[in-house]
Amino acid sequence: MASVSTPARRAAAGSRRAGFRRAAATDRLRSGGAGWLFATPFLVFFTLFLIVPIGIGLWMSFTNASLTGHGDSTLVGLDNYTEAFGDSQVWQTLGNTVWFTVLTTVPLVLVALAMALLVYTGMPGQWLWRLAFFASHLLPVAVVYQIWSMLFQPDRGMLNGLLKIFGIDGIGWLTDEKYAMWSIALVTLWWTVGFNFLLYLAALQAIPDHLYEAAALDGAGAWRRLWSVTLPQLRRTTGLIAVLQVMASLKVFDQIYLLTKGGPNGATRPILEYIYDTGFTNYRLGYASAVSYVFFGLIIILSIAQLKIFSRRED
Amino acid sequence: MTTDTLSPRTPGKPRSTMPREVVRRRRYGGHVWHPSLGTGPLPRVLTLLALALMTVVWLVPFGWGVDTSFKTEVDASASGVDWIPKAGFTLDAYRTIFGQGNLPVWAVNSVVIAVCVTAITVAISAMAAYAFSRTLFRGRRVLFAVTVASIMVPPQILIVPLFRQMLAMNLVDTYAAVILPQVVAPAMVFILKKFFDGIPRELEEAARIDGAGSFRVFWSVVLPLSRPILAAVAIFVFINTWNNFLWPFISTSDPQLMTLPVGLSTVKDSTGLRNAQESAASILGSIPLLIVFMLFQRQIVKSVATTGLGGQ
Repeated sequence: MASVSTPARRAAAGSRRAGFRRAAATDRLRSGGAGWLFATPFLVFFTLFLIVPIGIGLWMSFTNASLTGHGDSTLVGLDNYTEAFGDSQVWQTLGNTVWFTVLTTVPLVLVALAMALLVYTGMPGQWLWRLAFFASHLLPVAVVYQIWSMLFQPDRGMLNGLLKIFGIDGIGWLTDEKYAMWSIALVTLWWTVGFNFLLYLAALQAIPDHLYEAAALDGAGAWRRLWSVTLPQLRRTTGLIAVLQVMASLKVFDQIYLLTKGGPNGATRPILEYIYDTGFTNYRLGYASAVSYVFFGLIIILSIAQLKIFSRRED
Repeated sequence: MTTDTLSPRTPGKPRSTMPREVVRRRRYGGHVWHPSLGTGPLPRVLTLLALALMTVVWLVPFGWGVDTSFKTEVDASASGVDWIPKAGFTLDAYRTIFGQGNLPVWAVNSVVIAVCVTAITVAISAMAAYAFSRTLFRGRRVLFAVTVASIMVPPQILIVPLFRQMLAMNLVDTYAAVILPQVVAPAMVFILKKFFDGIPRELEEAARIDGAGSFRVFWSVVLPLSRPILAAVAIFVFINTWNNFLWPFISTSDPQLMTLPVGLSTVKDSTGLRNAQESAASILGSIPLLIVFMLFQRQIVKSVATTGLGGQ
């Protein structure tokens, strides 16, 4: 997805564009009007529901706006931002979000890779394996919440029941500060690994045969082929999955909001939940917007950093 | 692992046959024997064991939910790990759900909203992608750059201003409020444009020589050639919309307008455990998408590959 502009590619694009211009010059029909007509419906929605809210949000972050519409016109300058940077809750929820991202990204890449490699052996029953690993990805968050809150129940849940069989005392999966975030990470792994698994599976199917033929002719054994052909060929996909995963994990909200409401004692509260609570529970929309934009800034910085690392690796 | 079919090279022994696993890989098309693992009995057994173990781990939570939905409430909230309930299996939970719940209403809402969002999104995204890819108009490059850049915006930060917009437009608690903000999918425009760029120009030129205008080219040349990618985009959008939680949750407070995920999250009663009923509701809520996936499994796996996310 992240295409890198190499000189060769730029030249190719340039010549394409030149050809395009020539074609356009000989072809009156491809006038500007048609293009605008085609683009307009999307651009209208895009402006109304993306550009405008970004603008409104930015404006609100400099005001004292509330959910009820009071204080919209009270400009407070950078007050919201200075408050946000000094707000211990912002730092704590940001820390929780980063901790969640660290806990989930690595397993979501490695487990997906293991699944894809195993399924890709062509073991009979492809249909079953794919369904088993991807089906959980199709569940609405409310269903995930229902199933896991049942499994996690402290005195009646299945997980503690299993521990009891092995003679271990039950754990407060969601109620103990030590374990709550780990439990959420476990749920997230179960729920979302299927998508990464499919991406890896598609990438495996795209590896050209001749690489394996050459390796086999050179007498490379099975593990050698895995190590020297398959894994290097998957490097780009791994980079892509890691980037997408970090971005997705930073935006965590739904499952935490439902499973723990951010508890116990704020141990699992992600920054998006803080924004939500500030805006919709305490009605402080102006401040919630400011925190949103601090978070947005962080996401942009991270994206750019990741793109840089990502594109350097591809050269 | 010495179970490989290949002996190490010995000088003076010409090697003319293709290794067996490569031949196999060809024969099975997408459904192959992975050349990077051995083909002997030991790796196969180990692979099968690992797959079976993971599958069990991934399916147990599902199974527990299904199992619970067929128990009496007493058994469903009993402690422990009994898969076979003491009082036997029963359909009580399902009867109760159908008897009192808003479930059918939520299901209809979910279908209506997901279908509308998918149809509108695919239509406007395909048109915009065609404009960006195949027509010349002033500012198209800048507009496309803005579209691509907007992919980075986390949708959650727009929730607050969007809600205010809906208040101002008097749309809160209407279908429109749930549907309209969800049809903006810049990532899909990007994917579609990339695909349209790859359609050979000669086809378009031929149509134009026959006197076709822009709209005709779009309708009779570009769209028919883009069926797989359009299907992929539609599937993605549908799944995302069906499972979307935050925006429908905020933009509706009327139970008659809730989608399944939102409605189900309100079912959970804090006053008492109703595991069986909740499980039954959950299962009914997830069956539609699971059926869609089973029917279109191959296409979905392929579509992930064609979006250019996987592979090269």
